[in-house]
Parts: sequence; C-alpha cells; structure tokens
Amino acid sequence: MTVRKNQATLTADEKRRFVNALLELKRSGQYDTFVTTHNAFIMSDTDNGDRVGHRSPSFLPWHRRFLIQFEQALQSVDATVTLPYWDWTADRTSRSSLWAPDFLGGTGRARDGQVTDGPFARTGNRWTINVRVDGRDYLRRDLGAGGRQLPTRAEVDSVLAMETYDMAPWNSSSDGFRNHLEGWRGVNLHNRVHVWVGGQMATGVSPNDPVFWMHHAFVDKLWADWQARHPRSTYLPAAGTANVVDLGDTMRPWNDVTPADMLDHTRHYTFDTAA
Amino acid sequence: MSSITRRRALGVAAGAAGAAAGLALAGQAVAAPRAAAPAAAPASFDEVYQGRRIKGGPSGGGHHGGHHGGGYSVTIDGEELHVMQNADGTWISVINHYEPVATPKAVARAAVRELQGAPLVPLTLA
Repeated sequence: MTVRKNQATLTADEKRRFVNALLELKRSGQYDTFVTTHNAFIMSDTDNGDRVGHRSPSFLPWHRRFLIQFEQALQSVDATVTLPYWDWTADRTSRSSLWAPDFLGGTGRARDGQVTDGPFARTGNRWTINVRVDGRDYLRRDLGAGGRQLPTRAEVDSVLAMETYDMAPWNSSSDGFRNHLEGWRGVNLHNRVHVWVGGQMATGVSPNDPVFWMHHAFVDKLWADWQARHPRSTYLPAAGTANVVDLGDTMRPWNDVTPADMLDHTRHYTFDTAA
Repeated sequence: MSSITRRRALGVAAGAAGAAAGLALAGQAVAAPRAAAPAAAPASFDEVYQGRRIKGGPSGGGHHGGHHGGGYSVTIDGEELHVMQNADGTWISVINHYEPVATPKAVARAAVRELQGAPLVPLTLA
C-alpha cells in the first residue's frame, strides 16, 4: 500500500530513491510530458470559460488524479517510492532539510536565480528545463524573496474551518474552502507557496521544480483533512453547471475519471498520519 | 476563446509600485460590483521598462490561440506574453501565474523583472 510521508521524516535512503526516480523519469522524457500537460491547463483554464485544472471546483480532484499518475510513473521506476508531502507551515525557511544538497538543493544564486547545488542543478547535466516559457534552461528559485512568508498553521486552520466546499460562480472569485485553499481569495495558501519558491514554480510550467509534487501532495492532504473535519460536506456543484466539472462529470485529459471517483484517497494511498 | 468581461482597474498607480498596489487590490477587488455592461478595456501602453520594450493593447486578429486576455494582448520585445484576466479584474501572466496584479502594464513589468533579460519563447499550447 502506498503511504505518503512528510518529507521531513524521510530516511537518507528514501530521499536517494525518490531523487533517482525523478532523474530517471526526466532522462526518459516522461517527466516533461507532465510539465506540458500542466501548462496546457494553466493557460486554458479561465474564470468565465471552461476550467478544469485550476480556478474551479475540480482543482482538487484534478491535481489528485495528476499526482496519482505521476506517482505511478515514479513507481514504475522504483516500486518503493511514494510522493512525500511538504508541510510548509512547519518547514518554512530556506534552511529546511528539504532544500539540502542531498534532496532538492537550495535557492538560486543572486545573479540569475540559478540553483547551483543538489541533484537538479543545471551543472549536473541531469535536469535541463525543456518545457519553458523563456530562454533559460536551468532550474531557478528565489526562496522567500522580498521577505515573503509561507502560510502559518493558524491560517491553514482558518481555511480548514470553512464548511462549504465551493460556491458559485465556481472560479477565482468564489467564497468557500476550495478557493481559499487554492489562494485566489483570502489568506492565500496554495498560490502563495508557488510565489514563495519563485523561479519556475511561480510560472505556468511550475512542475519543472520537483517541489511542485511535494507542495501539491500537501494541498491534497489538506483536502483529506478538511473531509475528516466536515463529514457532512461534499464536493460541489452536483450537476448541470456550465463550463465547470460537476461531481459526476469526467475530467480532461483523462476523460474516464470524475471528481466522485477521487473523493476517497484511501483507495489509492494513505498518509503517515491520520487525516 | 472565452468572453471575459473587461473592467478598467481604476485608481491604481502604474508606477514602480504597480505590482505591490495590484497585490493590495487583489484582496479587495472581489467585493467590487461587476459592471452590468462590458466596461472599456485597459489602456494601451508602449514603453521601455528596464531595457525591454513592453506593449499592450487590443489584440488584432492572427494572435496565437491560447491567450485569454479577453481581446487584450501584451508583448515583450515583440514576443507575446500569455496574459489572463481574473474575474475580479486583476491580471496574471504565464511568467507570474500565481500572483495577480492590477493592470496589464503591471503584469508586463513583473514579467520583465522576472525574466532578468531572458527572451520569451513563442507560446505553445499542447
């Protein structure tokens, strides 16, 4: 059974296996197909048009399915690997072991934002940025630039307290749990973390940085935590909503999976702590 | 192409503080009532910012297919920057996707700062 663990608790061997599986997916070309898919949805999801991956109720089930697919790709390389999650309310500085050279490497250098240590530094020749929106082919970060702060546990708890999953108009202006977790409204959780990391993580091609998966694995865990707190609340909208994925509608690009299929994560994996 | 209601972002400084002003606006703009009829598009602009030529204005035909600026396009040194307007009237681009700012000019300037001199590559939408 797949158990997703807090990245801070991984052993040296677990980190090494996770990194090696990432590098192998990159080498084989599979990794970049995930970046391409994400960017296509980022660019096409709009507040007043069709929206599936972002700024819509299906933000959470879409990313859950996307991460399951990615985790399965990792496991095809090394069956012992699972996606770790990054609790950015706890590991909230650039001095966290997450950013050490034996794991993701650190922030970028001042001159050009280039990450210069760790397995994903351009100089190691194993992590070229191919799917990109500008001319730079090296991984960049600017952790906590300008004194930005990651969300606090209290801010997360304030969002987990929201009983209603999502609300009309089902986009970036909605009230409710989903949009507050996504961050277009209110204290800003998910969006703010992308901005805090900087570099490619702040762009439409954000999965170029491996921390993307750990960030979204934690966002996904927060959805599970919310479900546990609000057993009488469920995914909305139920049916008949233009441009929006209703509970029983299939989601692009898979076209064979619905939000209803994604509500129970325990069919696919569990977490190292009770949700 | 979606038909996004465009709303002029009023009263927001377009100077160097534009991005910061946009952030402040982003938290409040949700409460602003939506205009019943489509309001005027944001003003056009054409300037050199930190050594880059940034232009914005109503897009003609023939632009790339994947942008959702609601008929408004932005270029940096002649290459199109994919921009998108949020329901509250704020703007993002593919370079700064998770941090809304108030105007297309602010989003172009934010992209210039982020690019640190690098060229945009032509838009692709798989």
